[in-house]
Amino acid sequence: MSEENTKKVSLESGIEVKPVYTQEDAKSADIGRPGEFPFTRGIHPLMYRKQPWTMRQYAGFGTPQQTNERFKFLINHGQNALNVAFDLPTQMGLDSDSDEALAEVGRVGMSVNTLNDLEEALSGIPLDKISVSLTINATAPILVAMFFLVAKKQGLKPENIRGTAQNDILKEFIGRGAWIFPVEPSVKIVTDIIEYSCRNYPKYNPVSICGYHVRESGATPAQEIGYAFEIAKCYLERSLQRNLKADDVAGRFSFNFNVYGNLWEQVTKFRAGRRLWAKIIKNEFKAADEKSMLLRMIAGGGGSGLTIQEPENNIIRGAYYALAGALGGTQTMALCCFDEAYTIPSEKASLLSLRTMQILADEVGLCDTVDPLAGSYFVEALTDEMEKKIRESMSEIQSMGGIIKSINEGNLQRKLSAQAYNYERKIRSGETPKVAVNKYVKNDSCTEQKDIQVYQTDKKEIEAQLKRLNKLKSERSSNSVNKALDYLKKSCEQDQNIMPSITDAVSSMATVGEITSAIKSVYGGFKEPHF
Amino acid sequence: MTDQKIEDRSQESGNRRRIKVLIAKPGLDGHDKGAKVVCQLLRNSGMEVIYSGLHASVSYIVKAAVEEDVDVVGLSIHSGVHKEVCEKIILKLKEAGYDGFVVLGGVVPKSDENELKKLGIKAVFRLDTPHEEIVNTIKNIVMEKVG
Repeated sequence: MSEENTKKVSLESGIEVKPVYTQEDAKSADIGRPGEFPFTRGIHPLMYRKQPWTMRQYAGFGTPQQTNERFKFLINHGQNALNVAFDLPTQMGLDSDSDEALAEVGRVGMSVNTLNDLEEALSGIPLDKISVSLTINATAPILVAMFFLVAKKQGLKPENIRGTAQNDILKEFIGRGAWIFPVEPSVKIVTDIIEYSCRNYPKYNPVSICGYHVRESGATPAQEIGYAFEIAKCYLERSLQRNLKADDVAGRFSFNFNVYGNLWEQVTKFRAGRRLWAKIIKNEFKAADEKSMLLRMIAGGGGSGLTIQEPENNIIRGAYYALAGALGGTQTMALCCFDEAYTIPSEKASLLSLRTMQILADEVGLCDTVDPLAGSYFVEALTDEMEKKIRESMSEIQSMGGIIKSINEGNLQRKLSAQAYNYERKIRSGETPKVAVNKYVKNDSCTEQKDIQVYQTDKKEIEAQLKRLNKLKSERSSNSVNKALDYLKKSCEQDQNIMPSITDAVSSMATVGEITSAIKSVYGGFKEPHF
Repeated sequence: MTDQKIEDRSQESGNRRRIKVLIAKPGLDGHDKGAKVVCQLLRNSGMEVIYSGLHASVSYIVKAAVEEDVDVVGLSIHSGVHKEVCEKIILKLKEAGYDGFVVLGGVVPKSDENELKKLGIKAVFRLDTPHEEIVNTIKNIVMEKVG
């Protein structure tokens, strides 16, 4: 059969894949050595040969105590870092006793009202040894302030604390939706955390820019990386306006990317992304230190790739996503669990995801040599093509007037929603094959799985959490709370960095809800563009 | 029922408007991809669709449903609080005299469906519901009422 007669293969990012690649296709490959500019092959010279990727399953539910138990369960089974899930009231700046929290307390993550809650969640976990990632955005300044106060209570010095705050509000406006304040003050707060961390917490990553959720909202893999870079450039530019230098800031940025879809497209988006980010930081931001140019990332097995049909198949999908992340050279990995099309993950499902990564790292040789795909005609050619596509997607944002304008006007959200709709149509029509969804579908149409444990919040635990909050409110000094909240409002009004005043408020036992209300009284709330 | 019948009816009566739907995201859940996909699906099927935006309050949803006189309110909930939220919204809609239908989409276990239907949810759409089924179900429940 001649090449012309084979079926056309197009990747989501709009690249056509040829049936055969040769030396000719890869001759311009700009790959260099691992650990050297432009870092196509990885950000460290020895990569997993020196240290396998960090395993960091997303976990948290119910009360701080319940979550602490799950954390210890994961650590006891070999997980070496934490990724904290907060419930929606905590993410949205509401206390557990708020009317608006309606049934959401402890539902999709752990409930945190005050410093005491985070202290309990992290009790017995040495914060200088286990790196903790806080998946928190609009209320990130509050949780970051709490986190460093907990470390202090553990007797640790802030300069020794590793960890990451997600703190990427722009992606919340694009997807995920946990925004509170308007876009401009929200970006100001992100920059406050970055600036404060750069000056006080030298080992902390104050932001993790999430292509992950942009992809979940309908972006192609190339757009996922390109849009994340536009977001990162925005935060970086804002940080430079605070008298920080590119070399003070850029090396502190980390990224959160998605893995689902075509394996080669995922691997090459990471290789191409690393190369392009290094060039951007060196050439556009004039950084001198090579450490500033490293694209450090977590790869997350993508929820959108998983299916409600035959959910056990998601275990297999997760394994391939982990493989793509490892072949792409990620520093950290997390996998959505097989039951997540139904519920927040069970302990069994979380452990299976952790085991998937451990098997990959320890049994089948993924850590044996650095960037094993390097030099493949196909992989190098596709890496070049992906780099072009990522650049094109960055131009898309610029032609919409930049990342902030495109979000404020809703043009970016509408574009991605239209893409998501087209993607769904391709799945429903079978144009994009999905096993047991549109191909090899079983005749019995009932997809409900009896062996999936659907998570129910433990009402007694939630009541205990409310009691705890009431007790605290009656015992604390309302005078010092009010003073701290007034100081916070003033620092918002006077356009100062709000981290010091939030730290004061958290120390005075002000709640997440009270602190958020104080900020909102100055900055107002976001009004979503029309859809 | 088919599209044709709805069109026929609108021609017969002369004033039967297009089916009007409010797609709403109540509560704190920010997962709006599904809701927006369904908005586009229903618009492309000829319906008039109003989207509430994220974090819509119960009072906002009730007010919009009544003032806009929508045939169907479609709630989208992914965080697992569908029973509590549906119960509250249906109660408030009844109090406000809303006489249309309420349907639900999102991450909803099949085992919850009976209870939801008892609360007054007319149909539940899940991740594996075919697009045609969503469109046809909405058309059918509106048609049944029109009679």
